[in-house]
Amino acid sequence: MIRKILLQLCIVLCVFGCESDDSNSINTTQASPTFTFSHDWDGTPVSSSDFNNFIFTNANGETISIERLRYVISDIIFTANSGEALSINGHNLVDVTNDEGLSYTLPSTIPIGTFVNVSFTFGLDNEDNSQNLLDLNSANFNVPDVLGGGYHYMQFDGEFINSNMEEMGFNYHAIRAVDASDPDNLVFPEDTFFTVNLGSIPITSATEIEIKMNIAEWFKNPNLWDLNVYNQMLMPNATAQILMSENGRNVFSLGEVTQGTE
Amino acid sequence: MKKGWYWIFLIFLYLNCSDDDTGYEPTPMPLNIPEIFSTNIIPPVIPSDNPQTVEGVALGKKLFFDTILSADGTKSCASCHSPQNAFTDNSPTSVGIDGIAGMRNSMPIFNLAWNDNERFNWDGSALSLERQAEEPVQNPIELHSNWDNVVDRLLAHPEYPELFELAFKTSTITKELTTKAIAQFERTLISANSKFDQYTLGEATLTAQELNGLNIFLREDKGDCFHCHGSPNSPLWTNNDFHNNGLDATFTDLGLGAVTGDPSDNGKFRTPSLRNLAYTAPYMHDGRFATLDEVIDHYSEGLQNSPTIDPLMKQIAQGGVQLTAQEKADLKAFLLTLSDTSFINNPEFQN
Repeated sequence: MIRKILLQLCIVLCVFGCESDDSNSINTTQASPTFTFSHDWDGTPVSSSDFNNFIFTNANGETISIERLRYVISDIIFTANSGEALSINGHNLVDVTNDEGLSYTLPSTIPIGTFVNVSFTFGLDNEDNSQNLLDLNSANFNVPDVLGGGYHYMQFDGEFINSNMEEMGFNYHAIRAVDASDPDNLVFPEDTFFTVNLGSIPITSATEIEIKMNIAEWFKNPNLWDLNVYNQMLMPNATAQILMSENGRNVFSLGEVTQGTE
Repeated sequence: MKKGWYWIFLIFLYLNCSDDDTGYEPTPMPLNIPEIFSTNIIPPVIPSDNPQTVEGVALGKKLFFDTILSADGTKSCASCHSPQNAFTDNSPTSVGIDGIAGMRNSMPIFNLAWNDNERFNWDGSALSLERQAEEPVQNPIELHSNWDNVVDRLLAHPEYPELFELAFKTSTITKELTTKAIAQFERTLISANSKFDQYTLGEATLTAQELNGLNIFLREDKGDCFHCHGSPNSPLWTNNDFHNNGLDATFTDLGLGAVTGDPSDNGKFRTPSLRNLAYTAPYMHDGRFATLDEVIDHYSEGLQNSPTIDPLMKQIAQGGVQLTAQEKADLKAFLLTLSDTSFINNPEFQN
């Protein structure tokens, strides 16, 4: 009798100890795609290992060394055939310098299927930019209130060889354009965040979407960027901010879309 | 066969119940996170293998102030990290037990739980707070001990074996447990009650000069201090990163570069917090500036160019950001609002 009880007890313990967690079973109708971020200079791949070297030449002919590159993307939107848009609130800080944030899995799920367009916001729209975002505060990504508040959209720092053949720093910092000449009456001339449309993308249970940034484009189209003119202290310069935003619209493109298996 | 099942069952019970017969557990002691941090920045980094406990913190505090860690029993951690100096000292470089001065200024100790890049020391050589506590004990120009001897002294001490038992549930004293306890105490050293913190919380007002100083601090075309040293929403007042801030044209101390071996890191040092500057002179990694005025002068007109100078340093050809005498005075007035008297006088942090 005791043997039977012990045997049953062991079996029960084994069964409970080995039970799989049904809550983790795969949901075949929903998925959380992953976005990866790659960087190149007119087709030549760029990573943090290429930083701190004068190996890039911009469209204006200036030789450049990149020291720091980090930027925010936010509000990814999946537009269905019906026109319905699924907006995913959230943001991701891509820190190329420290190889962080180069992969971003959506914090929520979307239905599996083909979407006619997938888009994201470069930077933060004005509503998001007015939020208190703890992760960006911790990353010291803030824009001071005297410059409109909120956050940087991008910090792109480095050095270039100026027209006097001297090494000189540049801080290509993109923020919400502001005219702060009257500190008591900040004027925001136009929005400088922008939407990047990636086009139609099929979403399966394990889709990975590559977003490519051609860094050279920040200096190229439609505004030929002269670092001898625009190099540092560009945050309070609304004109420079608008030029950055215009160039930024040609920077991103869709890379590889891979459909993995789970 | 009947006996076989019996023994299997007994072994099963033993394996599940033999860990700790006493049932004693150290008392959890979560960090008391100030409002100014909880509302602005992400929670601190606490290693999963070294949770904060009442007993661990108490042990760490005792060790921090105890000269037992030094070879000749003359100095403790607190000898170079004094509470009255926001846990640094007032020497350009600290002097060890043999009277030999080191090459670096003692770093202040506060808010280190929020150093989420986990590189400590001026040169980033220690990859955790626990590991940071190892090196000074055995450094020949600091406490000049041998960890084996330290452990022997702690084992022979009338109180420490019991305190380790209470903190870590073991009478086996090791270097690792000793530094874990010290790190637990150090994580409790939180400074967030300066005049500026009170201003942010609506509990104090700043003078016109202090507000103007803040404005200079935050303007990219003036001081541009915020890119490395934080802002009201980033209230650690450091980015915990490493920069070459233009101190030298050539380097006698490579800083981070000596640690990583990457020439592009030469001359880079950890950004110190601007909190408690009133108590932490002299300044910079080598304590070269005796006063805050000298520090501000450096950024205004004293920058030295070098291949690794940070691009955030501006107007290098002119020596810096060219502040007027009034702007310098205003900036200094603002910086001093980051002083936290309650921190340096906190009885929890005294010997």
